Amino acid sequence: MSVEAVLGMDPGWISLVKGLFVFVLCVLCTLMAIWAERKIVSRMQMRIGPNRTGRFGLLQSLADGVKLALKEDLIPAAADRIVFVIAPVISATTCFMSFAVIPMTGPINLFGHKTFMQLTDIPVGVLYVLAVASVGVYGIVMAGWSSGSTYPLLGGLRSSAQVISYEVAMGLSLVAVFIYSGSMSTSKIIDAQQHWWFCVTLFPSFIIYAISMVGETNRAPFDLAEAEGELVGGFHTEYSSLKFALFFLAEYVNIVGVSALATTLFLNGYHALPGLTFTEQWLGGWFTLVWFLAKISLFFFIFVWLRGTLPRMRYDQFMKFGWKVLIPVSLVWIMIVSSMRLMSNQNASRSVVLAFAVSVVLLILAALALVDRSKNKQIEEDSVFEYAKPNFPIPELPNKKMGQLNG
Amino acid sequence: MLNLALQLGQTKTPEAVLFWILAPLAVLAGIGMLFAKKAVHSALLLAWIMITLAFFYIAQDALFLGIVQIVVYTGAVMMLFLFILMLIGVDSSDSLTETIKGQRATSITAAIGFGGLLISLIGRATVGHTALGLAEYNVKGNVQSLAEALFTKYVWAFEVVSALLITAALGAMVLAHSQKIKSRTLQRDLSAARFRGPSLSTAAGLPSSGVYARHNAVDVPALLPDGTPAPTSISATLKARGDMLDSKIFELEVKEVEED
Repeated sequence: MSVEAVLGMDPGWISLVKGLFVFVLCVLCTLMAIWAERKIVSRMQMRIGPNRTGRFGLLQSLADGVKLALKEDLIPAAADRIVFVIAPVISATTCFMSFAVIPMTGPINLFGHKTFMQLTDIPVGVLYVLAVASVGVYGIVMAGWSSGSTYPLLGGLRSSAQVISYEVAMGLSLVAVFIYSGSMSTSKIIDAQQHWWFCVTLFPSFIIYAISMVGETNRAPFDLAEAEGELVGGFHTEYSSLKFALFFLAEYVNIVGVSALATTLFLNGYHALPGLTFTEQWLGGWFTLVWFLAKISLFFFIFVWLRGTLPRMRYDQFMKFGWKVLIPVSLVWIMIVSSMRLMSNQNASRSVVLAFAVSVVLLILAALALVDRSKNKQIEEDSVFEYAKPNFPIPELPNKKMGQLNG
Repeated sequence: MLNLALQLGQTKTPEAVLFWILAPLAVLAGIGMLFAKKAVHSALLLAWIMITLAFFYIAQDALFLGIVQIVVYTGAVMMLFLFILMLIGVDSSDSLTETIKGQRATSITAAIGFGGLLISLIGRATVGHTALGLAEYNVKGNVQSLAEALFTKYVWAFEVVSALLITAALGAMVLAHSQKIKSRTLQRDLSAARFRGPSLSTAAGLPSSGVYARHNAVDVPALLPDGTPAPTSISATLKARGDMLDSKIFELEVKEVEED
């Protein structure tokens, strides 16, 4: 029986229980994620990190949450009051909505009902996640505009431009997955990965998705919407207390959300690693949740690793990267994938497929060589151009003997 | 008309409930969109209308259309939002003065004509026809059937529309494109220029506001060694707006100590 049919037979109260479970799981993930991020980043920077509240500082984010809630709630006089209040609510509600279509476990037994830990399975599940994410951006843009001051406005505009551009790349990277699985429903995409995970067969798509998901969630090194060196706090500069906490919650739930989608699309979702499939039966099927969370944690660790390693990109470089690298590369990749798919659908002989693959590789190598050559030329031109000798003393460069310039 | 009424009667209860809750909200948002003073409010209400329309599509078995409606139109409204901010200004509100003569009369006539055209077309397509519903069409799957219709039967219309959109996008780019008169100043040129200037005083950057003054707000100029305000320490915009403060007012009162 298909997942869709099983979920269709769920009585209403089971759906309610599942909804509650997903919500609690997301909030718990957020609390743990904030703690884990602070701990990991501090280890990377040779510090210890939070260690006072609870064992290993585990209760630190809970304490921070209580502190945030007890702060004074300010609304600036220049703010557009209604939009200012609605903005964090939109951010915080939409981020949870995408979890409705994410399968978290295999078949399990929930109060005597055989079901899956997935709220609903719609045929266009992945598109639904994209739709919800694009509504979520409204929270950020509205917050930026309604604050009635300059820095939040700039942050909000940056964020909207960023999300629109990176959503294109993200959507294109998903197309290859749709082509190969023949479906847009999350459960069928997982079924299609029985033999090979898509992160192997569709490796370029996986990389493009992984890059664009960092851009989509406004995280370092793409956190230009809240670049504190340029924009104070970005879109949430004017927010305080619970409204700020909602934005904070939304950011982390979004990270978990895009990681969960990446897990579903490229890492075979809740299934165990190949060779360990017997573990999927443990705890009456609930052990698959552990696999799911482990894969999400892997992505989350990469998020933190990036933040701890890379400096923030410059805005124009970031946009150039999105439009001039990610989107063309994914377009070319989709062309290749769809040709391969067509050939395998029409039972083309192995030699034809091989010839196609070799010619594609040759074409790409030729293009790379051309780009390299023009780049070398540029460098040569640059080195020819020399500045006139300055009329002030400069220190001697270590490898280069300089004549006396002054006096 | 009778047919239409009969069909309304056949609507399933959950769908009817959804309709009677969302439809009034959508109409209210539409009216609000027309009468909102601020252009940004109008854009937000428009986004809400698009989302309610998506709900209706989904309720009527057109799942793919509903989801794509949200993905495409929220992005489109977002662009509208950006255009409002870029072209009209952050706090712009409608002015009701007529700048082009006879514009109001022309636009009202055009609107009535367009409305009439729409009503007649929709009427021709619906009144007197029995609606088949999408259930029959969705047997092979909603997405698959839609793809089949788009890429076989209606492929010509589909391609024409996409050509139109591409032309529009190219036109917008041509209109917005401006040729650069001089080459961009790079970071390297700027750094060289700082050292080549008449004096080296700006080589390490401009002074911050409030240096040596008793207040370090951005609108309080720094003080030069002789006590006069340093003009380069304040943003030119603040100065032009007349928002520059005098650092004198923050100075401590000097008590005259009489020495005997």
